[in-house]
Amino acid sequence: MSASLQYAGARKPSLRQRLVRLAERVTTPLLPADYLDLFDPLRRGADLRGRIMAVHPETADAATIEIRPGADWAGHVPGQYVRIGVDVDGVRQWRAYSLTHGPRADGRISVTIKAVPEGKVSNHLVRRGRPGTLVHLEQATGDFVLPTEGGRFLFVTAGSGITPVIGMLRNLFPVSDAGAVRLARSEPYDIVVLHVAPTASDSIFLANLRELDAAGLIRLISRHSDEHGRLDVDDLTELVPDLAERVTLACGPAGLLDALQQHHDARELPLVTERFRTERIVVGDGGTVAFARSGTEVTADAGTPILDAAEDAGVLMPSGCRMGICFGCVLPLRSGSVRDLRNGEITTATEGETANGGIRIQTCINAAAGACEIDH
Amino acid sequence: MTVLQKKTHNPIGHLTPEDIEQIGVELDAMRQSVIDTRGADDAAYIRKVISAQRKLELGSRAILLVSFFPPAWLLGTAGLSVAKIIENMEIGHNIMHGQWDWMRDPKIHSTSWEWDHASPSEQWKHAHNELHHTYTNVIGKDNDLGYGIMRVDEDQRWVPMYLAQPLWNFLNACFFEYGIAAYDLELGRNLKTKKRRQSPEFRARGKQVLAKIRKQMTKDYVIHPLLSGPSFLHTMAANATANLVRNLWSHSVIMCGHFPEGVETFERRSIDGETRGEWYLRQMLGSANISGSKAMHFMTGNLSHQIEHHLFPDLPSNRYAEIAPKVQDLFQRYGLTYATGSLPRQVASAWHKVIRLSLPNDFLSGKKKPADVQPMSTVDEPAMATAA
Repeated sequence: MSASLQYAGARKPSLRQRLVRLAERVTTPLLPADYLDLFDPLRRGADLRGRIMAVHPETADAATIEIRPGADWAGHVPGQYVRIGVDVDGVRQWRAYSLTHGPRADGRISVTIKAVPEGKVSNHLVRRGRPGTLVHLEQATGDFVLPTEGGRFLFVTAGSGITPVIGMLRNLFPVSDAGAVRLARSEPYDIVVLHVAPTASDSIFLANLRELDAAGLIRLISRHSDEHGRLDVDDLTELVPDLAERVTLACGPAGLLDALQQHHDARELPLVTERFRTERIVVGDGGTVAFARSGTEVTADAGTPILDAAEDAGVLMPSGCRMGICFGCVLPLRSGSVRDLRNGEITTATEGETANGGIRIQTCINAAAGACEIDH
Repeated sequence: MTVLQKKTHNPIGHLTPEDIEQIGVELDAMRQSVIDTRGADDAAYIRKVISAQRKLELGSRAILLVSFFPPAWLLGTAGLSVAKIIENMEIGHNIMHGQWDWMRDPKIHSTSWEWDHASPSEQWKHAHNELHHTYTNVIGKDNDLGYGIMRVDEDQRWVPMYLAQPLWNFLNACFFEYGIAAYDLELGRNLKTKKRRQSPEFRARGKQVLAKIRKQMTKDYVIHPLLSGPSFLHTMAANATANLVRNLWSHSVIMCGHFPEGVETFERRSIDGETRGEWYLRQMLGSANISGSKAMHFMTGNLSHQIEHHLFPDLPSNRYAEIAPKVQDLFQRYGLTYATGSLPRQVASAWHKVIRLSLPNDFLSGKKKPADVQPMSTVDEPAMATAA
């Protein structure tokens, strides 16, 4: 629980503010929110959360999760993503997923998740996601969006990179029971979608895309690696003759995006990309420990606790029993991996993925397991 | 009890250094097995307890708004007493120990939890997690042995002040949350010299404690009573009673942790160069359990499993009951005594010690110097495990 809000300002407190202050004095050391959360966690003014309302399987490995966000959800622009915090095996994990719908009339939001091998959160949500589960949210964010005035575009997507694009397409071309709907506001958009997937059945949303293509609302170029071979970016001008007149928006694995970046830079063509995983954290033995606030960088080996290495380098560190039992040395790990010297357990924080505050670790029994950054 | 190092019969004399290291290996494995199976069920447990406790407190305080009516007063006071006990013991104490940090929930975390108690969390964590749990039962280093106002071991030097220690103990019990606040602040030591009194660190911590006390007292003795309108005085009395009940209960339970007969204490030098196995052994011998019903275990915040808690202070409290039989088995296999007893027995044993040691050693038996307590090892020997 954070300390009660500091009231700064010369104006007399309003009645509402006075009542809140009174409530805080009655609930101390908790906040009124801590009690209200027991009854209505999605109310206005609460930390942003959501409730899973439905789980729709899309393929053998993917599902769309429909979520009712809390009252303070500020909406989103199609193409943006949302960070979701979900408890898996008791531990709060955070991941970013693209929103796969335009704004809906019922106010719900949806994300489509593909269960990746070894993926803790994706497998949990796809295979064990249950309606009624409370999740934690942050407001929608991201720049991978279409301009409002229309234009000519090429979407290049691979695998789950289709998700932000589907959100944009569903917003422009909603599909009803009677088929795809032509909206006046969508007329100014001329869209070609080049979608890459290993096999036809792996394609999430393929039916959706085919429907839009059949209705003439988009031009779909499907590439399945098992049928057409791997995509070579040099073939692009062959597949999309008017490539030079289009703005390319691409979302997919780093390899494809890097190749596209090279290709387009060489021809001075506009390219907007969205990368899902910024970098893969490689677990190593020892490494540099960067202290974000003091700017110090310390090199530590695999057997030395971060606490000792830092103190040897002159960094002032909180500490206690120095044997792992008192939690007096806890600091936030912002990125990188550390290894618990008692049992070898690895803790990894991924910037952009892990909770904003980082993962709190004990420095007296953890050693660096690769380059890492500590918020201290 | 006198320090283990000075006993004629050494309770660990039959253990070789290899035995002690093997104890460490077995306990490390036990700890790992709990960590390996820690997951959604455990997280659900603590969330359920927190939710129930908050609802109980809210409901009780709501009932007390009409505490003018005797049934409301009784029900509300009882509910609030239980709510305060659960918050301090099963929830607050355990969360601040880091037992639930693994969940990565910023609201249920040792770095952010502020408990419903006069002592600020930060200061309590230092005195308890760092000092008490590291130096458990070491005379001269673990001040939980008497809290500075009592002597609970023959090897603590007697001074006339201790004659009144049954009274100090009782007063401490009644005002326990303030006793702990003063203890965590090291009030006695810090008020002794002018330099200490004026040290900026002490003054800052003192201000922090006063601010916490002010907020707590305002809540219980001003705001809540005011909100009760005509029941003002009754609510004030109800809250005072609930705090008293919480103080008496928690004091009794905490006394049972290290004061009952059969618990070992240790000489200061004996922990120099202490190995992991030796640390575990000191925790095993320096703690006592309480046996009883599941409800009792819960209401003590699982401190009834004091031995298990001292072996694994950072494991979730709901798992202590599960590993207790394995720990007890370990004691038995290595020929050690597992100190335990029913709640009334352990409380009586602790009080008996407080009363007995209010007098100088062997005062009643008239012996000048106790003849049967011979040092079993010289003070120069550092390690604890010297065969007799």
